[in-house]
Amino acid sequence: MKPVYKRIIFLVAILVLWELGGRLGLWAEIILPSPTNVFTAVYVGITDMTLVYDLIASFRRLIIGLTIALVIGTSIGVLIAKSKTADDTIGSTLLAFQSVPSIVWLPLAIMWFGLNDQAVIFVVILGGTFVMALNVRTGIKNVSPLYLKAAQTMGSKGIDLFIRVIFPASVPYLVTGSRLAWAFAWRALIAGELLTTGPGLGYTLQYASDFGDMSLVIGVMIIIGVIGAVVDQLIFQRIEKSVARRWGL
Amino acid sequence: MFIAINQLNKQFLDKDKNPSTVLKDIDLQIEKGEFVSILGPSGCGKSTLLSIVAGLTEATGGEILVNGTAIKKPGKDRGMVFQEAALFPWINVLENVMFPLKKEMSKSEATEQAKKYLRMVQLSNYLDHYPHELSGGMQQRVAIARALAMDPEILLMDEPFGALDEQTRSRLHGQLENIWMETKKTVLFVTHSISESIKLSDRIIVMGTRPGTVLTDIKVDIPRPRDKHKEAMIKIEEHVMSYLKKEIDKVVSEELNHETSI
Repeated sequence: MKPVYKRIIFLVAILVLWELGGRLGLWAEIILPSPTNVFTAVYVGITDMTLVYDLIASFRRLIIGLTIALVIGTSIGVLIAKSKTADDTIGSTLLAFQSVPSIVWLPLAIMWFGLNDQAVIFVVILGGTFVMALNVRTGIKNVSPLYLKAAQTMGSKGIDLFIRVIFPASVPYLVTGSRLAWAFAWRALIAGELLTTGPGLGYTLQYASDFGDMSLVIGVMIIIGVIGAVVDQLIFQRIEKSVARRWGL
Repeated sequence: MFIAINQLNKQFLDKDKNPSTVLKDIDLQIEKGEFVSILGPSGCGKSTLLSIVAGLTEATGGEILVNGTAIKKPGKDRGMVFQEAALFPWINVLENVMFPLKKEMSKSEATEQAKKYLRMVQLSNYLDHYPHELSGGMQQRVAIARALAMDPEILLMDEPFGALDEQTRSRLHGQLENIWMETKKTVLFVTHSISESIKLSDRIIVMGTRPGTVLTDIKVDIPRPRDKHKEAMIKIEEHVMSYLKKEIDKVVSEELNHETSI
């Protein structure tokens, strides 16, 4: 049997058990709403456009934050790969920053920017920057010496060598870095939105929770999970695979 | 003299910071258009010597003159082919061969030039293929076309066919011989295969190990193509072997001594 069929049967089985459990009264609706109610809540949210506005608002923050994170991350990565002093100072600090979940910056961010978009975007930027920088650094340091030698015998050096050889040679690491940056940024975004004002997926989750609307809570959770999985598998993993194949990894 | 290697020395610091001599007092004169093989067992420093000629490694003493000018850095007058093809995987075959031409000519000129050399290695049908889609032998032919495309005076080859299977290697020998006769490049060809060096070169420089020195300089006076002169080739092979045997014995006994001393 094809994996995709197995997956579909598995999902259907879970949905059926979930629905049956609720109907047979094994748990109260407020503890775990049935799938039909969850889908109704999502359907209503989409037709009255509230969830659509949430999605647009969340993606706007994510795209702004992630773009800035990738640009800053790449710049820091190049800097610490090329300068020993920068690596000894900034480079070693990066690991410490990377191990702190970026949401812990939110209290400070709210003090600096207020309870608004900018605070969330700031947290998203922090979520993606460090992992991107570390991957870019690894990529540049791992460029095969053979490529460098070959390029040198063809008269390439300095900036030309960097742009035409070192940078493209580290593309596999750039892709992996971007994928991880997206994953961290996505988590940071939702966490940040939970604690700030809407619209936004995280905000609506918090709002539904405050009003005891567990159907909508689960609906938003599913939306968050599906988007995360789809972007990761359909976009990043595909790019990663085709790059790895072409680069002969 | 076209290439003059004078009193070349190279020392490395080993892991205990003791200097170890890789090349000792190498003297070598090469004429324009000559096909010269540098033959020796592994560890004799033949690749290091080639790397110094390429300008990728610095010598600790002596000098290398090409057309009377001392070599310090890599340059487009010396094209290099490595044991691995070292093609750039992010660009296609044509773009790889155009790589060294980007700065000095227009795009259309560079394309023409690259196509010309890809025709020479019989890969005209693979212009838009990516390196990972080619076999090892084809990749190496692209690498040769790439080195030739910048029209260097000297072609440096560091065991270019070492990683290929026997049939592919023998086909590429024929192609390389034709290219060499057509382009009149001066070729410096590093190998550890005696038959390869006899088949291809005008002269064989036999090197010994620890430290790397030139043992002898053998002229190969067999008309080409040489496959038709098996007897003459075997004679030279025996001659070369008499020099190499001592060297190989030396390496083996050193390794045995090293083992017992551990």
